Amino acid sequence: MEIPEDLLYTEEHEWVYIEGDVGIIGITDYAQAELGDVVFVELPHVGDHIQQMEPFGSIEAVKTVSDLFAPVSGEVIEVNTNLENNPQLINQDPYGEGWIIKVKLSNMKQTEELITADDYHNLIE
Amino acid sequence: MEPKKTALFDVHQKLAKKIVEFGGYLMPVQYSSIIQEHKRVRSTVGMFDVSHMGEFIFKGQNALDFLNEMTINDVSKLVDYQAQYSAMCYDHGGIVDDLLVYRFPDYFMMVVNASNTEKDWDWLSEHRRDGVEMENVSDSITLLAVQGKKSSAALQKLTALDLSLIKFYHFAEAKLTDVPMTISHTGYTGEPGFELYFDQKYSLKVWDAVMDAGREFDIEPIGLGARDTLRLEMKYCLYGNDIDETTNPLEAGLGWITKLRKGDFVGRGTLLRVKEEGVRRKLIGFKMNERAFPRHGYKIFKGGGEIGRVTSGTVSPMLNTGIGMGYVPAAFSAVGTSIEIGIRGELKRAAVCETPFYHPEA
Repeated sequence: MEIPEDLLYTEEHEWVYIEGDVGIIGITDYAQAELGDVVFVELPHVGDHIQQMEPFGSIEAVKTVSDLFAPVSGEVIEVNTNLENNPQLINQDPYGEGWIIKVKLSNMKQTEELITADDYHNLIE
Repeated sequence: MEPKKTALFDVHQKLAKKIVEFGGYLMPVQYSSIIQEHKRVRSTVGMFDVSHMGEFIFKGQNALDFLNEMTINDVSKLVDYQAQYSAMCYDHGGIVDDLLVYRFPDYFMMVVNASNTEKDWDWLSEHRRDGVEMENVSDSITLLAVQGKKSSAALQKLTALDLSLIKFYHFAEAKLTDVPMTISHTGYTGEPGFELYFDQKYSLKVWDAVMDAGREFDIEPIGLGARDTLRLEMKYCLYGNDIDETTNPLEAGLGWITKLRKGDFVGRGTLLRVKEEGVRRKLIGFKMNERAFPRHGYKIFKGGGEIGRVTSGTVSPMLNTGIGMGYVPAAFSAVGTSIEIGIRGELKRAAVCETPFYHPEA
């Protein structure tokens, strides 16, 4: 199970990669494996404001549906439109091509509430 | 209670990505991916371990009459080596279980849902009469379903019996990879296929032989996840979802196995009345007109008013769209009727459609 060191995680199995005041958000390898084949991702729109640990979309797999929780608050500045036609990118490459949204963080201090790769590893073990 | 394991549990533990408890057994849900496994069965061949299913044997001079009294289809119509889809009902018309009845020359076998094995056994035992001997052989039998267009080509390599001679819903007793077994031309996928019943001590031998024989067709083990999506595309009922003690076979679309004129059977009185009065609700199949997926328990609406519940729903891997089943008042059951499904706080458009949802290619 891949858990990149340079990302921060939520206990709801999302990851965020912080670069300056921008965060790229996706779900973890563990989450995609648990969900199985992803068939649809309900995405927010560019310009939407999302709130830390509140749902910003949902992810439908064959067997189940799951909310996507925002690791941080902010304004959505880009969504991965490739997911509309290829939602399985989330299964194939959860930390790369399967990213979900980019946000401009409204409160940098929120990252302190996220967990590290080590903590996340312990969580799913 | 500690969940049981099938004789092939170690194989599943090695190969499956996910194992869950189902019907009191630890069963594989998924090996590669549900969609890949589903398409494997629709394109070539896949193998399922469904040994969790229950098997009962009925012997004695009154076995036929007893089974005809306990089940809704007409057992007397079976010839030797023929199988029949059927169900048992309560007096109030609700369904105890759906099942298969096999007629062997000297006895009958009933195959029931894993989650109902104990309940069915008790129900049958309560009604048993003289001249009927019953045996629950569930724990000693391994059941492998080999399903898909290439199932016959794969299995034929392992047996001297000409499989093309076994008609649909018939079976034979023969050796396959030198193991004596019942080879049944039946399945729960809509594809051509076979179900193999044999002594559980040969489980690994048969599993390995079929995997080898199917290699040239890219055979894969198939989990319960794809078993569910495959049966749903055919609108086959799943006990506990689409049928249960609160639903009767007529409203469930099982009128074709409900033989009201065969003589008396448990539930007949109620079912006759239902038939005369007309069913009030029907189990429909519906397709989503939006990118949304129905799930068991979601509400069905018509013009904003609640008219029923989704009993089964998923994304159809072959149609790549949301499909589902559910009970609605008969007035809203016509093909083409617009309905809405309440999905996570929103009403999503759907329509009653023809079933099966998917037609396997010949």
